[in-house]
Amino acid sequence: MAEIDESQAQREAIEVDRSKGDFKYEENYAFDAGVGLSAATVDYIAKVKGEEEWIREFRQKSLKIFQDMPMPTHWATTDLENIKFEDIRYYLSKGQKPVRTWEEVPDDVKKTFERLGIPESERKFLAGVEAQFDSEAVYSRMKEELEKLGVIFCGPTEGLRDHPEIFRKWFGKVIPIGDNKFSALNSAVFSGGSFIYIPKGVKVAQPLQAYFRINAENFGQFERTLIIADEGSEVTYMEGCTAPKFETATLHSAVVELVALKGAKIQYITVQNWSANVFNLVTKRGVAEEDAEVRWIDCNIGSRLTMKYPGVVLRGKRARGEVLSIALANDGQHQDTGAKMIHAADDTTSNIIAKSISVGEGRSTYRGLVHIPKTLSNCRNNTECDALLINEHSRTDTYPAISVRGRKNSVQHEASVSKVSAEQIFYMMQRGLSEGEAMSLAVNGFVNDLVKEFPMEYSVELKRLIELQMEGSVG
Amino acid sequence: MSDSLVINNLHASIGDRPILKDFSLTVPKGEVHAIMGPNGTGKSTLSKVLAGHPDYSVQSGEAFLDGEQIIGLEPDVIARAGLFLAFQYPSEIPGVTIANFIRAAIVARQAKGAPFDAKAYYAELYAKMDALKMDRKFTGRFVNEGFSGGEKKRCEILQLMMLKPKYAVLDETDSGLDIDALRIVSEGVNAMRGPDTGFLVITHYQRLLEYIVPDRVHIMWDGRIVHSGGKEVALELEAKGYDWVKTELASA
Repeated sequence: MAEIDESQAQREAIEVDRSKGDFKYEENYAFDAGVGLSAATVDYIAKVKGEEEWIREFRQKSLKIFQDMPMPTHWATTDLENIKFEDIRYYLSKGQKPVRTWEEVPDDVKKTFERLGIPESERKFLAGVEAQFDSEAVYSRMKEELEKLGVIFCGPTEGLRDHPEIFRKWFGKVIPIGDNKFSALNSAVFSGGSFIYIPKGVKVAQPLQAYFRINAENFGQFERTLIIADEGSEVTYMEGCTAPKFETATLHSAVVELVALKGAKIQYITVQNWSANVFNLVTKRGVAEEDAEVRWIDCNIGSRLTMKYPGVVLRGKRARGEVLSIALANDGQHQDTGAKMIHAADDTTSNIIAKSISVGEGRSTYRGLVHIPKTLSNCRNNTECDALLINEHSRTDTYPAISVRGRKNSVQHEASVSKVSAEQIFYMMQRGLSEGEAMSLAVNGFVNDLVKEFPMEYSVELKRLIELQMEGSVG
Repeated sequence: MSDSLVINNLHASIGDRPILKDFSLTVPKGEVHAIMGPNGTGKSTLSKVLAGHPDYSVQSGEAFLDGEQIIGLEPDVIARAGLFLAFQYPSEIPGVTIANFIRAAIVARQAKGAPFDAKAYYAELYAKMDALKMDRKFTGRFVNEGFSGGEKKRCEILQLMMLKPKYAVLDETDSGLDIDALRIVSEGVNAMRGPDTGFLVITHYQRLLEYIVPDRVHIMWDGRIVHSGGKEVALELEAKGYDWVKTELASA
């Protein structure tokens, strides 16, 4: 117990002030694709980035698919219809190539990073930093040890240009262009993100980390991430997002592809804090080959609408997939999240634990898909989804789709809905906690067992984010 | 007045039902007062009204904590002003450990941004748990979740000892306790007795008062105090039964 207590004390000491995400510096973009989306916009992006012809063609093909696909409003919320694609700027750049040393970073960008606390946390936690400032990574660096190990950590433009033999094979393969309307959009206009390759047998001890920010109004951020962990390698990637508050809606639509080759392990961690006007429509999927493991830890706080269902395709024998997710929907927010587990080999196992919290008029939806065909044997899935409602007006829905065939396969599904009762709140307030503090303690208690799985820095950040959300929800 | 819990002519109801009817009582700091009375007479309502429970409404009357009027204040403000209520039925808080819960309560009393001395906190917590004969593993359990009746009450007394209120209201703390637990809980309260704390012990039975010997005993009937005296009143009540209250005291 004493050890836990000490780490608790440390946690408090390094707590991050998330209100720091709420600011904005001058916009002075060297490149701007203008407002709206057309074949010319896509050509412009390809040209500015100096991309090869095959990438330009990939973008154009994606644009066509995006334009032809209908909105998925037959199952998803009609709020999607409020996205004004014609009002969005699809590409902005400082016009700089990613730089490697801190000295080369422009001063105003430095100021942004300082406010986000990146330099400090880098010293402590990071093996390599790839921080995305709007469209381009303006600051990227890797520790020398990582480079010596042959680890590649760059953006998509550099990845596809400098290491096509590694990345081209998997790019757009885990998530095909037409997987959904927003993966097609991302494929047409992607810019920024992380391309990572971990060579055979290399176990990266420290997490790789990227910070993302949106710093321009009406600007959609379309990162593209591809992580390939070669045989027997291990890597943890951490993604954190803060966005300043804006008056009009902002679109964020990323595509993240993970490839864990034989015996490899990938852990992908997201803690998101979008401002309340952001549409956050993200496609995330991993492939796990024989004896490989893909684990998504996904926390969604903020945004107007989040739609995100991280998935794992269990392609090799004994592959393991896991999704641990936390969603918090406050007033006016809709967290539509879940997980997909596609079993495609014998002896594969998957685990889904999803917790959602609905506050005020907030709404959370869980959608799960577990697929085990009858040709397979000894496959197992465990799904738990728990919802916590903070008051009368909040709402939660669960749509589990589990298709398990075959004799030797098993699936467990548990779902619960609980409420923070008035008596609980009174009890905590009688001990001196304000209503907001009482609610955030109850919420932190609800997610407690999941948060224990997170790296310390992120569990602290998540706790703080929950506190800020709950404080704001008390009238 | 500035050194007492003073309740003057309190009228309170739940919904349309009046429960406290012109209730008055003064508990000077440093004293232990007991309220006894049959079920349904308003003892628990008194504790909830003093703590600011939102389900009860106060029609008239006042309550002062060392001179500060507390009726109408938010429950957390009353708590931080120095009133502690040991609940008859404490709520469960899943996922929140006892150590973190008490810590949050202490932090809520500190100035914003003041540093928290974790080492001193745990030293004190463990010392008080030892006094209450609680296993140290208890700090890692979730508040009241899966606790026995005795564990819940011990946990309430632990919080009382850690938060050191000016006034503590113990609502039927003896219910659900066996003799051993009763003795341990009482020792905890007795250890806290002193010039800085006033106690209001609400109980149905005289048994608890053998362990926590009161300075004054008040008998409550139909929403108000009908008889007060020294500790001998508890024995008298035990001997004569609540019918005595009904026939001789309530009609007076």
